[in-house]
Order: sequence, then structure tokens, then C-alpha cells
Amino acid sequence: MKAFMTRRKSLLVAATAALALSLSACGDGGSTAGSDPTVAEKPTFAAGTTMEKLASAGSIKIGTKFDQPLFGQVGLDGKPVGFDVEMGKLIAAKLGIAADKIEWSETVSANREPFIEQGKVDLVIATYTINDKRKQVVSFAGPYYEAGQALMVNKDNDSIKTPEDVKGKKVCSVTGSTPAATIVDKYGAELVPAATYSACLEPLRNKQVEAITTDNVILAGFVDKEPDAFKLASDETFTKEPYGIGLKKDDTEFRGWINDQLEEFGKDGSYKKAWEATAGSVIKTAPELPEINRY
Amino acid sequence: MSSVLYDVPGPKARRISLIGSVVGGLAILGLLAWIIFTLGQQGIFEGRRWQIFTRADVWRLLGNGLGATLSAAGLAAVIAFPLGLLLCLLRISDLKAIRIPTRVVLEFLRGMPVVLMMLFILLGFGTSQFIAVVAGLVVYNAAVFAEIIRAGIQSLPKGQREAGLAIGLTSFKSRMLIELPQAVRRMMPSLVAQLVVLLKDTSLGYIVAYGELLRAVQLMADVLGPAFLFPVFFVAAAMYIAINIAISRLAVWIERRGSKKAAGGTAKADPVAVEAAAP
Amino acid sequence: MDVIIESLPLYWEGFLRTLFLSAVSGVIALVLGTLLAAARVSPVAALRGFSTVYVEILRNTPLTIAFFFAAIVLPRLGVQFAQFEVAAIIALSSYTAAFIAEAVRSGVNSVPVGQAEAARSIGMNFGQVLNLIILPQALRTVIPPLINILIALVKNSSVAGAFFVLELFGYGRQLANANGDQVITVLLGTAFFYLLLTVPLGILASTVERKVAIAR
Repeated sequence: MKAFMTRRKSLLVAATAALALSLSACGDGGSTAGSDPTVAEKPTFAAGTTMEKLASAGSIKIGTKFDQPLFGQVGLDGKPVGFDVEMGKLIAAKLGIAADKIEWSETVSANREPFIEQGKVDLVIATYTINDKRKQVVSFAGPYYEAGQALMVNKDNDSIKTPEDVKGKKVCSVTGSTPAATIVDKYGAELVPAATYSACLEPLRNKQVEAITTDNVILAGFVDKEPDAFKLASDETFTKEPYGIGLKKDDTEFRGWINDQLEEFGKDGSYKKAWEATAGSVIKTAPELPEINRY
Repeated sequence: MSSVLYDVPGPKARRISLIGSVVGGLAILGLLAWIIFTLGQQGIFEGRRWQIFTRADVWRLLGNGLGATLSAAGLAAVIAFPLGLLLCLLRISDLKAIRIPTRVVLEFLRGMPVVLMMLFILLGFGTSQFIAVVAGLVVYNAAVFAEIIRAGIQSLPKGQREAGLAIGLTSFKSRMLIELPQAVRRMMPSLVAQLVVLLKDTSLGYIVAYGELLRAVQLMADVLGPAFLFPVFFVAAAMYIAINIAISRLAVWIERRGSKKAAGGTAKADPVAVEAAAP
Repeated sequence: MDVIIESLPLYWEGFLRTLFLSAVSGVIALVLGTLLAAARVSPVAALRGFSTVYVEILRNTPLTIAFFFAAIVLPRLGVQFAQFEVAAIIALSSYTAAFIAEAVRSGVNSVPVGQAEAARSIGMNFGQVLNLIILPQALRTVIPPLINILIALVKNSSVAGAFFVLELFGYGRQLANANGDQVITVLLGTAFFYLLLTVPLGILASTVERKVAIAR
């Protein structure tokens, strides 16, 4: 049986490859927006630090989201793009690691902490909100961006403006996510859980739910794709979600170094450039780098 | 077999049956036409939505997803089957001290949702996504394989084991040489049905973000936009069905070849406890 | 451990939702599956064909795709439902029915040929042969596999958590996110509630199996 499956698989792979070859002329390659930051040449670090280890290895493992428009979304070429990805590239460049030497792996909300703790990834840059519970198991550099929870509704819906308006109404969000918990516990909405935020779009379109809730930047991506169907209930956000870069707990040197780099990105304009190349195409107001929290 | 249940239909019954078939067939065709029409009204069959399938990168992603699905399912099947055999032997051991704990473990493994098991393995043991998916599939399916084979052994005529013991085989040798081979052959349909279930269950890997076919399709639909949701899911469903039907057909073929070889060797399978495979 | 005790009300709510989904889908699937099995052995070619195609397609489709069609494609066809539980029940019961149909069919095949021949020789028609002679005997022998399918149904209902219905597994994930430091404990709690449903069913299956074995 196994022999058969393997043979079948290799046949399929071969067939797919052949097809890919014959069709490659028609493809337009997908949209790989993003910059190529200048890679530092042979940076030197104190012996024994994480920076030194990564720099001499010449590669880094970064975990990010694969399904978060504008921040970390995998394109048709199989590579993730977005603001989180750009931040990863910038940091890697400072370590002397080129963008193609970064090993991206998908982290979902459930596995971010374990992946860091077990060393499966060196960094997690994945719309990762800094909070005290998480700080007990991992350390955070940053924040490098501050998002906030918001609501998205159908274009013709004017009855929902604030989170107080969704009390007792159906709101779609991702199972087991923080925004889902907030809208239920704080604002008394009825949660309609989904596997991904994009899965919430159809029920909203069909008016089976009144709103979708998550961080404003993610919703902005959806509104941008379908401005005739959806809108943000309000530009105001009702929580603060400072996104941090997750790394191994108590690696203070690494954390301090990343914080230094973040501040430098803010000064030399590469932060702004990274933003404009990704999320900035939708969210016009460019963010200022938030004040780094050096705890 | 079915012909045993009713008389050979006469001309009148045949006419009624034919009319019934035509009416029923038309009703189903009508329903299908209405579905296609309604979906078509919403533009689902517009050429531009299906044009993505002329793109190389789309097929590469589908191919990667399919590869991930097949490799996880293949590895899981290869591990789960021997493990299932072992669990089965423990489950029917002559020693109570082995039999009872095994039974408790099997009930546990069978009773846990595979998604929960995958998440648990990923978080509890800190494995990679691939290992979490494979291990989740292995522990559950090994338990089911064990149950299926046990049902097969118990459906064998008692004489098989008695004869084995009578010619001086040990209990273990009788199980290995006489009973297991017959039981496995007898339970082939259920085992293959379970193999199909195993392959389908790789799709539960979404919980640990394993990049199998459905996950690939989902991510692709996200990038392409909602207009392409239906086409990519439709293609994914077609791929699953094609592969699974191929596996089932292959099993039928192997079974026929095997039964020719075994010509008259085994008693006609008693299909009672058969079909223990669960979705 | 504390986290489980603190969260008991949430677990309980999820447990009840899972129980509800499984029970309703189970009953519908049993009826639908038996009808499909009857169609599969009936003299009418169209019924046989329909049943075969239905079972082949549903058995070979991942449940996730069945959910996708029930929760996302059906509303597009104008089938609107206020509660997502309806979509989940449609997906679960139509999927499970295919497996039940197969189990019942193999049960029908297990009834000795002589039974049907004897019934026909005393003048029974197809409906009578099936309803009075074959199905009662077949159902008795297929009860253990049927219970196995129902166990699988209970566990499969966890897929509904990804399709807009908050059930036991969904609550489990919510609790896991709220208690990032005790994820394993939370998941063990979730597992316990599933076992609360599936283990008794499993024990029931083996008891029935033993009874049936004696009866033969």
C-alpha cells in the first residue's frame, strides 16, 4: 500500500511539475511586495551571545502568521509577505543574514510560546500582543507597533458604532483568540467562532453575523479588498494591542539588542519604508514607532 | 446478493421501476441544474474565477499541499498498522494483567478527538507540526486498527486456533501464523475504509497549522480573494474524492488477487463485526 | 487543576452543545443511513444508483469540506438558517449517514440467504422482506459498528468549532488561550469531557457485541 502511495505521489509530483513548467509562461508570479534591506557585512558580536551564534550560523528561524493580511500572509509563491515579515528581514539583515537565509515557519496563536520555549524558532514576529501572562514564559522586544481591537460590519450597517452596540448580537472571531474573549467577556456579544478571520467574511456577507472583531489592522486589510461590501464600524479602537517580538525568556542581551535595532529603524527611516511597502498600502496614516518597553 | 431480497421483477414491476427511475433521475437532475443555475447567477462559473487553474504557482501550492497530505497520511499508516497489530495482540492476550490495561488504553485513544490529540502532542511534547499530525493520526488509527483486527480474529471459526494449538504451536505462534493472516485478509475492506478515514483526517491538521491540502487551499483563497473560495474548494474536494476512491478501488483489486491466491483457503468471511471502521 | 474547576461552567456549556449536536445528528444520520441502505438493495435502479453515488462521495470527502458546503455554500443557494447549529447538523448527519448506510448494508449481507428466501417463499414482497425479516436481524448484528460510528460522530462534532459553532473543543481552546501557562491542564479537562461521552458508548458497544455473540 505504502509503495503504491509513494509511487502515486511521485507521479503526481512529476505531473504537477510538468504542468507547472508548461504553464509558467502564463503565471504572473504573485505579488511579492517588500523590500530588500541592505545586509550588514560581517557584523561582530560578543562571544556567547545569541546574536553571535545566529550571525556565525548565517541563518535564522522566524515564526510568523501565514494568514494575516498585511502583516504575515503567505503568497502564491509560498513565501510570507507583510509588515511582520519586513521587520524580520530588517533584523536578520543587521545580523548579516540575507532575506533568503531566513527560515520562515508558520506559528498559530496556540503554538507561539511553545515554539519559542523549545527553540523551534529564534524569534516570533506574528501580531503577537505583549501581555503579562505571556511574559511569564517568553520575553518580548518592542513593541514595534500598536494595534487595537475594532469591529467590521457590512457597508450598509449603521446600527453598530461602538463595541457596546454588539451586546447580545452575533459577532464572528477566531476560536480561542484574545479579541474573541474580549468581545464576549467585556461587551457581552454572542461569539460565532471560526478557524480563521477570513472564514468570518461569508457569514458577515450573508448577514448571519452582525460584525467581525479583531485587531484593526487585520480588518483594514479586508475592507481594502472589498470596500463595497465592508467597512470598519468606527476608526476608534477599544483595546491596545502592542505587538512585540517574542524570544527566549531572559535572553536579555538579545532583547536589548533588538530593541536598539528597532529604535535605529525608527530613526533611519527603514521602519517607515517597511510600513509603506506593506500595510501602508491600505492604512494611510503611517505609525510612529511606539516607545520601546525595556523591562 | 440483493436479488435474494426480491423476486425477478415481471413486466409490470419493471415498468414501474423504470418510470420511478426516470422520474427520480429527472428530479435529481433538476435539483442539480437548479444548484448550478443559482450558483451561476452569483457568478461562480465565470471564466475568470476558474482561470487561476491555468497558473503554475496555484498548481505548485496545490501540489505541495497534496504532498504534505500524502506524506503525513502515508507515514501515519505505515506506523499505525504494525502498532495496531501489536495492540491487538496485547488486547487478546491470555494474561489478564496485559489484556485489561490495554483495553483501557484503547478506549481512551479511541474516545479522544483527533484534533485534540494533535494539539495536545504539539503543545505537550513540543513536536513539529508534521510530527504532531502524524502522531495524532497514529495513536487514534492504531487503536482502530487493533479493534478491527480483533473483530477479525474473533470472527474466525474456533477450530482454527484449536487446530493450531493441537499441532503444538504456542499460543503466540498460533496467533501469528494462523489467525492474524486470516483476520487481516478478512478485514481488508474495513482496514482500507479506515485508511481512507486516516487520509481524510489529515485535514484536521489545520489545528496545528500543518500545510496539508485543505490548509493550502484556505491560504490560497485568502490571498486570491473570496471570489475564488468556491473554485479552490471544489478542486480540493475533487482531489480528495479521486484519491480516496482510487485507494478503495486498489483495495478491491488487491483483495481479488489475494482471494485468487488463497483459493478456498479461508472460510467465507463472516461480515458481522466487519465494517468496524468509523468515520 | 484549579483552572478546570474554575472553568467548569464553561466546560459544561460546551459539553451540552457537543451532546446536542451529536444526539440530533446521530438520530438523523441513523434514519437517513438506514433509508440509504434500503435504497442500495432495492429493486429500483435509480435508488440503487443514487445511494451508491451518495455514499461513495460522502465517505471519501473530508468532513471539513462537508462543513464548508453546509455552512458556506448552502447559504449561497438561499438556504438561510438563523443558527449555525443547523449547518453543523446538516454536515454531521449527511456525512455520518454514509457510514451508517455502509454498516447497515454489510449487516444486511450478513443475514443468511435462507432467511430472505424463506420470507419470499411465503409470499412476502421486498418491503416486507426487508422490514420484517432482514433489517431486524441485520440491525442487531450491526449495533456494535453503529455505536463505533456514533463515537466517531461525537468526536467529529469538534470540527464544528471551526465552522461557527462554539462546542466543547471551542471552549477548550478559548480556555487554553486565557490560561497560556496551563494549556496542557485545560486540554486534559477538555479530553475528560469527551471521554465522558465516548467511553460509555464504547463499553456499551462491547457489551452488545458480547450479547450478540452469545445469541448466535
